[in-house]
Amino acid sequence: MGLFQTKRRNILPGFGLSMGYTVFYLSAIVIVPLSMIFFNTFPMGWDPFVHAVTAPRVLASYRLSFSTALFAALFDAVAGLLTAWVLVRYRFPGKQFLDALVDLPFALPTAVAGICFATLYSPVGWLGETLTKWNITIINSATGIVIALVFIGFPFVVRTIQPVLEEVEREIEEAAHCLGATRWQTFRKILLPHLFPALLTSSTLAFARGIGEYGSVIFIAGNLPMKTEIAPLMIMSKLDQFDYAGASAVALVLLLISFSMLLVLNGVQEWQQKEYR
Amino acid sequence: MLKQPTPETASLVHKRVSDPLPVQIFLIGLMLLFFIGFIFLPLGLVFAQAFQKGWSVYLESITESYAVEALKLTLTTVAIVVPLNAFFGVTAAWAITKFNFVGKAALKTLLDLPFAVSPVIAGLIFVLLVGSRIPFGSWLGEHGIKIIFSTPGIVIATLFVTFPFVVRELIPLMEAQGRDEEEAALTLGARGWQIFAKITLPNISWGLLYGMILCGARSIGEFGAVSVVSGHIRGQTNTVPLHVEILYSEYNFAASFAVASILVFLALLTVGLKVTMEKKFQKNSSHH
Repeated sequence: MGLFQTKRRNILPGFGLSMGYTVFYLSAIVIVPLSMIFFNTFPMGWDPFVHAVTAPRVLASYRLSFSTALFAALFDAVAGLLTAWVLVRYRFPGKQFLDALVDLPFALPTAVAGICFATLYSPVGWLGETLTKWNITIINSATGIVIALVFIGFPFVVRTIQPVLEEVEREIEEAAHCLGATRWQTFRKILLPHLFPALLTSSTLAFARGIGEYGSVIFIAGNLPMKTEIAPLMIMSKLDQFDYAGASAVALVLLLISFSMLLVLNGVQEWQQKEYR
Repeated sequence: MLKQPTPETASLVHKRVSDPLPVQIFLIGLMLLFFIGFIFLPLGLVFAQAFQKGWSVYLESITESYAVEALKLTLTTVAIVVPLNAFFGVTAAWAITKFNFVGKAALKTLLDLPFAVSPVIAGLIFVLLVGSRIPFGSWLGEHGIKIIFSTPGIVIATLFVTFPFVVRELIPLMEAQGRDEEEAALTLGARGWQIFAKITLPNISWGLLYGMILCGARSIGEFGAVSVVSGHIRGQTNTVPLHVEILYSEYNFAASFAVASILVFLALLTVGLKVTMEKKFQKNSSHH
């Protein structure tokens, strides 16, 4: 079938027109604007570029963005797997309602999420008040950033794992049970390896999204130099000082990292499709 | 002697392979805890804060002229962005799914590119593009066309951010549907436009609508990219999310959350529509 399809001739009309418009629109909206990052960074020369992207404040922001996005992605992997499991396998009242609400972090504007978490965890907020008594500060700390990023990445993980989990054949689990495996063994040795590619893909997506996230983070982060400044905020503050070259240098590094992650992800997906077909 | 499995024993087996009840209750409880902390508390907080000073302050905050101007700008942006990206989505999906050509995989990857770009960078690239350093930008400036710190800038940054939504929804759908129906119509003498209007469009209508809703939701809520290009001029280049931010940074929390509650309402509407669409979607695809 696959062989036949690749040899199939194009007989439908409109290829030139639709392809032409696709390439034109893609270039106008995405490719040409994105290339500006390169065109603004290259005239800088190598040394000023290295100087700009290795300034202590910039390095601190990269470190913060990566570590918080990583923690958030790991947390999302666990919370997302749990949610997908409960929503696919169990029956209880209100399930459909919860299922629908999984998409809320995606639909809710990031700025709204940002002010919500900042208010919730402020020293006089609903959760912040109690936590302050226990000497835990969430606001203006890396923990606060992780909380905002967990919220943002959550739907990616649940929505990727749900369909995979739905397709798992229950007979395999029953066979494992008949052969004497405990429930936990079945989960660890049979289900988890099957879910692993989806888990990896979706938490990488959450991670990538977390590195670039801005709106939900800046309110709770407090943006203290060297401490709670995320990488996108560094771009923002360089722009505010009209340092366009510096802003695009910081952006270039961030872009290269995101793109290479996207490529790795594509690779993983292809490998995954080969494994399971 | 082997016993025939009766329905009773069969159901016993099924009971045993599903998780024991205490485990189920524990896991559901754990999930509820997560939902309370990350979904219900933030949602409740928005309304509690919005109404903390009563109905009159709430109504005043959302009908005040700056808020109305912001809402108008946001709706204008959505009204331009969604049709443009929807039209592109259909065109690109047609080119990709109905024809074979070299470099299809690369093109598909390029379509996803905006997803990998931080919203702040999405704003930055348009500032760089039309900033006076680039020939094209200075040309626009000389001819009195203002892009940055004005509505076109907001629209174009939003176009970039929401670029993949429709096309991403359509490609898998149209790939699954194949091209047999269209080719049959062609051999029966239908013209290109007729094929599209009478066969392809009805087949993809739900997927198209679904992608447009996702695209619209993101256009309403986009913050980072718009924040870079807008310049935050009240009453002129302030979208609703930016207005929420300004009110919040002025410590006008009641007004900020009041305006935010409109966005929450729209988000809940999106989620509701999404669920409804998915049901229709499944019904539709089960027919095929």
